[in-house]
Amino acid sequence: MAYSEKVIDHYENPRNVGAMNKEDGGVGTGMVGAPACGDVMRLQIKVNAQGIIEDAKFKTYGCGSAIASSSLVTEWVKGKTLDEAMTIKNSHIAEELELPPVKIHCSVLAEDAIKAAVEDYRSKQGAAQSSQGGEAVSAQVAH
Amino acid sequence: MNSSQIIELDSKKPLLIDPDRPIYLDYQATTPVDPQVLEQMLPYLTHDFGNAASRSHAYGWTAEKAVDKARQQVADAIHADPREVVWTSGATESTNLALKGAAHFYSGKGKHIITLRTEHKATLDTCRQLEREGFEVTYLEVQEDGLVDLKAFEAAIRPDTIVASVLFVNNEIGVIQPMAEIGRILRAHKVLFHVDAAQALGKVPVDVEAIQADMMSLSGHKMYGPKGIGALYVRRKPRVRVEAQVHGGGHERGMRSGTLPTHQIVGMGAAAELAVQLMDSDAQRIGKLRDRLLKGIQERVEETYINGSMEHRVPHNLNISFAFVEGESLIMALKEIAVSSGSACTSASLEPSYVLRALGKSDELAHSSIRFGIGRFTTEAEIDATIELIAGKVGKLRELSPLWEMHQEGIDLNSIQWAAH
Repeated sequence: MAYSEKVIDHYENPRNVGAMNKEDGGVGTGMVGAPACGDVMRLQIKVNAQGIIEDAKFKTYGCGSAIASSSLVTEWVKGKTLDEAMTIKNSHIAEELELPPVKIHCSVLAEDAIKAAVEDYRSKQGAAQSSQGGEAVSAQVAH
Repeated sequence: MNSSQIIELDSKKPLLIDPDRPIYLDYQATTPVDPQVLEQMLPYLTHDFGNAASRSHAYGWTAEKAVDKARQQVADAIHADPREVVWTSGATESTNLALKGAAHFYSGKGKHIITLRTEHKATLDTCRQLEREGFEVTYLEVQEDGLVDLKAFEAAIRPDTIVASVLFVNNEIGVIQPMAEIGRILRAHKVLFHVDAAQALGKVPVDVEAIQADMMSLSGHKMYGPKGIGALYVRRKPRVRVEAQVHGGGHERGMRSGTLPTHQIVGMGAAAELAVQLMDSDAQRIGKLRDRLLKGIQERVEETYINGSMEHRVPHNLNISFAFVEGESLIMALKEIAVSSGSACTSASLEPSYVLRALGKSDELAHSSIRFGIGRFTTEAEIDATIELIAGKVGKLRELSPLWEMHQEGIDLNSIQWAAH
């Protein structure tokens, strides 16, 4: 399969690989996909007091397009508000990376990962506001 | 340094090795034509171009003589009579002719066919077509090591079973089925035995008498012959009949019409003879390389799993799953080596290998498998470079893998409710 140069670049030099503390109240974690399907993405965002995503990290088990899609979204969400991040669509990712039709699901998964991370962060904040703190991180989000 | 260098092999003609190309470890996909084989083929493209069916002049006689010699070479390689060899375009066509041909001819006797879940697609897809025509097919499970259970095999035979088809050496995992035992069972029940020996000839002794094969599919390009040529062995005593699938001219005693491609046939004959000649020395040398590869990988990379029996296996194949990395990204990382993955992502479908699934492997392990096919021209330096690459790239991908991180933290991945998608 011929990959676009952008996919190869992200694959060979993935941006923002790593892990954040899932228990940190300012961190939202989204993990989507399943090993049996050949791809699992974990996206983590660190959100500051102003509601801006100031850092993002990922780890992905999956094909080159899945790795590239998740690497790309870590770049894209940084500096965005949560609402802005939620506007990122799989079609933007697929277009940027020039994904072939069989790889569109990778971009769908990356979009889902953003949503899952934002939702996780928001549920933590909601839990904290109702002074229930220390709610377990829900790492699994159906999509 | 020059972009390519010529190295001298044992054979008289040089093989071009290009250091800018990946290391070729996909010998179960195809093999290069051995230079000794090519040399014998070339005159039949130009000077000796006649049609073997031309009975009235010397051009035809020369071609016919060459075809007869090749037919004898292929027959000798499998301990058959040359009159039992039918030329085809390859093992896929041979298998189509064998199964459709026998099913159609013997449909009055019965409608049932037996095969294995781990067969090559040429067999499985042909069986699917026969099902559409009203035949019934039993796709037998294999054991965890890839071998068929003989009791289950015998139990699958019904009074209306007409033919069974078994892959001698599996193309993905290299396991060798117990052909002699299967042949004995089928003969006792008067069921025709078709053997797909495309991956077997040149790797293991192939003897149609010893395994009581009634039909056998062979391929040129899997044994250092040209692509586009194959053969079907069709037993004469007791006589096996197949209905032709290609009509026009009545070549090959009516079983397969079409002008014979003399140069291809000469190549297949020469390749078959050479394959048998070199079988022992090839297997010994290749076996050492395979052991070196396996040891190197196992010493450098943890959490690897061998797919298929190591005991009943050709030395030319190694199929390993690398847990916690995904197959296609591994293939992409290994662009300096040409190998195949058990993940069919590369072919536009997201299905993991059906062969590995049939062994009871999880989808994850099936996705992360790599088939290493070692061949006549593989060198020790190539194996060592491969070990280095595998160790480095698997390590890099595991650093990227959330599954590896979870495994390192002691989380059982099976305990997690994954969302299917």
